[in-house]
Amino acid sequence: MSSDTETDGRPTPEKIDRVVIRFAGDSGDGMQLAGTQFTASSAMFGNDLATLPNFPAEIRAPAGTIAGVSSFQVHIADWDILTPGDRPDCLIAMNPAALKANIDDLKPGALIIVNRDAFDDRNLTKAGYDANPLKDGSLSGFHVLTAPMEELTKQALVGTGVKGRAVLRSKNFFALGLMSWMYSRPLEPVEEWNIGKFGADSPIAAANSAALKAGYNYGITTEEFHHTFEVKPASLPQGEYTNVTGNAALAWGLIAGARAADLPLFLGSYPITPATSILEELAKQKHFGVKTFQAEDEIAAVGTAVGAAFAGNLAATTTSGPGLALKSESISLAFMMELPLIVIDVQRAGPSTGMPTRVEQSDLLFAMYGRHGEAPLPVLAAATPADAFSTAIEAARIATKYMTPVILLSDGYVANSSEPWLIPDVASLPKFPVSFTTKPNDGDKFLPYVRDPETLARPWAIPGTPGLEHRLGGLEKQNLTGAVAYDGENHQVMTELRAAKIDAIRKDIPPITVHGDADAKILVLGWGSTFGAIRAGVLNARRNGLSVAHAQIRHLNPLPPDLGDVLEGREVVLIPELNAGQFSKLIRAEYLVDAITLSKMEGDPFKSGEIEDKLIELCRGLNS
Amino acid sequence: MTIEVKDYKRSDFQAAQEVRWCPGCGDYTILASVQTFLAEMGIARENHVFISGIGCSSRFPYYVNTYGMHSIHGRAPAIASGVASANPDLTVWVITGDGDGLSIGGNHLIHALRRNVNLNIMLFNNQIYGLTKGQYSPTSELGKKTKTSPMGSIDYPFNPVSLALGAEATFVARTIDMDRKHMTDVLRAASQHRGTSFIEIYQNCNVFNDKAFIELTSRETRDDNRVYLEHGKPILFGPDNEFGIRIGELGAEIVEVSAVGVDAIQVHNAEDPEPGVAFALSRLSRGPHGPTPLGIFRDVERAVYEDMMVAHIDEAQAARGTGDLAALLRSGGSWTTE
Repeated sequence: MSSDTETDGRPTPEKIDRVVIRFAGDSGDGMQLAGTQFTASSAMFGNDLATLPNFPAEIRAPAGTIAGVSSFQVHIADWDILTPGDRPDCLIAMNPAALKANIDDLKPGALIIVNRDAFDDRNLTKAGYDANPLKDGSLSGFHVLTAPMEELTKQALVGTGVKGRAVLRSKNFFALGLMSWMYSRPLEPVEEWNIGKFGADSPIAAANSAALKAGYNYGITTEEFHHTFEVKPASLPQGEYTNVTGNAALAWGLIAGARAADLPLFLGSYPITPATSILEELAKQKHFGVKTFQAEDEIAAVGTAVGAAFAGNLAATTTSGPGLALKSESISLAFMMELPLIVIDVQRAGPSTGMPTRVEQSDLLFAMYGRHGEAPLPVLAAATPADAFSTAIEAARIATKYMTPVILLSDGYVANSSEPWLIPDVASLPKFPVSFTTKPNDGDKFLPYVRDPETLARPWAIPGTPGLEHRLGGLEKQNLTGAVAYDGENHQVMTELRAAKIDAIRKDIPPITVHGDADAKILVLGWGSTFGAIRAGVLNARRNGLSVAHAQIRHLNPLPPDLGDVLEGREVVLIPELNAGQFSKLIRAEYLVDAITLSKMEGDPFKSGEIEDKLIELCRGLNS
Repeated sequence: MTIEVKDYKRSDFQAAQEVRWCPGCGDYTILASVQTFLAEMGIARENHVFISGIGCSSRFPYYVNTYGMHSIHGRAPAIASGVASANPDLTVWVITGDGDGLSIGGNHLIHALRRNVNLNIMLFNNQIYGLTKGQYSPTSELGKKTKTSPMGSIDYPFNPVSLALGAEATFVARTIDMDRKHMTDVLRAASQHRGTSFIEIYQNCNVFNDKAFIELTSRETRDDNRVYLEHGKPILFGPDNEFGIRIGELGAEIVEVSAVGVDAIQVHNAEDPEPGVAFALSRLSRGPHGPTPLGIFRDVERAVYEDMMVAHIDEAQAARGTGDLAALLRSGGSWTTE
């Protein structure tokens, strides 16, 4: 080996175009942090990447058990990838439970790196192993490397000032250092983050740094780790990139949407997994004039937003399924009063508390229909973390232009995963400044329900405007005047007007982009976070000779005006979704198309292989 | 903000919508008192916002010619908190009732009170569900026979003033629909208080719960039972002020002044930073039956929620500028590809 060793002891790394790595450990082992930092240094290095965090709903499930395993998967590549990878090429297992929980997901022959110190009888028993898998030959189909990570971390931390049990908290940095060596990642971005987070003089920073270097150096000095890998930077389109998660992108998109509308941003929210970090991110951005109101419950959260909308803010509320249920009545009020409001539902596996940290797309029909009375609303879906940014801006545009609540569907996968994002030029972002009504619109009177002839939106006159004093409310309105009205004819007129306004948004939706073989007999129709897996699955299928088209729908209500044309003439319309077939129901109802559902409700995103396999099966059916 | 005082008449605050409460309802006198007081206040009409929930009292905003919202059952304090937070220059009123504010909306009420958002909350307490035609409410007395409690209510009632004091509201008062002068005095003090003002108004529902407050309103008994709280004055009552309130170890008690001497009578201190004595006063009567305190129980200063919210924004902007979106999009680090 020494003949091809570079000056730092690095053998010439094997060039690979992509790798999927999963960091797994106990939920107290810091695997989310290790994975995030590995991702950050890969991003800085210029790889394309996609991530998939997976953690238990409990903050600290019993240590050492399968239930307590937390993992972070990252796919890095030198080309434009779309998913966090179907099956890991490499697993870092910090304890027996992490090994047991993840082993079935690995590629045959995958590399497994284990923290040998955790494989004692106690931990093996907790994980449900009868025998030590490192010794009983059960891992013979894999390439297993072991390191005494705890012992080496203890040694490395001598002199840092961190002592006792606290020492072991840095073992994730040892693992990170070792992985940085194996995959030729720079340590500098991690070091910078560590000092920025804990301070240059902090014992914790010193401990993390010592463990990081110890892990890296262990790779250098230990013969069995001398096969290393390198994933070259990806040739992404030229420009400046950042690595963004979906929830951060939504928060920033709300700020950008408020700027575009030239309104102050107000967020009323109540903590709920997996939406909470949107509230946390916006709470940090007060210098943008953002007002964040952590309310006493989900109902109050949307209530404060409704009040802020009445007062003239761009108002938003963020939640997940159970919270959307609680907000339903208030959303109906905002619909009735015709006030702009952005409702973000970061979907998770339901019903009820379900699996809060796991992904599902099962709130679609609830977002569409989950209100009392006739209350259609615009519904949008974010496809990727980066797409969440522009979807939030689009939600702000529709809400303010049409004076309506808008539901934006994201999900736990988009929320927590990340991808490189070509940072948009701020000057090129849409602008749709709102001008409040300041003058009477009927002689010297103000009629709050006179409509714009094109958009059917009513005027937005805010408290503080002299001469336009008016009352809104949940009772039916007399057309034009907004006075309380109980007569049936008026109710029919108003119900139809409200629906017509929402339907008219259809004209304002950009054409669908169809990827792949435009005229293919098979169309894969997706919405939301299935984008990456569908696109990758379709690409693979086409590489293998299949003719397939793919369209991903952002505007779920109203649907794009050209969707009928896109569906026209297809022999197969396949709709993969993380629910029991909710979008299929909509498509069948709207277009009388016999769509086929590919349903998945396992709490995980689709794998691209699952899409590809289904396409192969459908193609066989077509050809037979 | 300098407030321009305008010259208004009551009619300037009367909306065109026809008032549709039952004839004889206590809500009419409250509406007249509020409209008259708004004219007296002289704050520009467009800067008032009335937010209500659902119930008889919650129709109130439709009848006041300001900005207003008739919202959802129980949610008015939350919606009003959003209005006040979004625009702290507005004068925001919440109109609620015993069902709306204490039953379905109890949670929002106590949280508004503890946050001290700058709101004036008027809770019309008629001890009954009126709009749904006569079911017991969370302030109905035990044993009350209604359509949903034919054998008498087994639901122990809230004392709204005790509840507000328990939530550490910074302004807590009680008044009664029949006493317009007293109500106006309370409204004036509430409007001068920055933070959440909570006003319980005993309001007679002459259709479903008539004479619930008769002991405080009838000519024969009212002087015996109205205990007016006035800041800085001994708490005396009775036709000739022959009775007083003494705070003893067991709470507030009624004493004869002639027996204990006027120096033993509690001098009312609405500005007491601790709510304990005010709470003891609130326990004097239940129902209400017998001598019942009216007036301002508590009026203390505490930081106002939206003031602090604005201060945070000012502080953040002083430290970091007014927000650079391009920089925000790079806040997680960035790299450039060639």
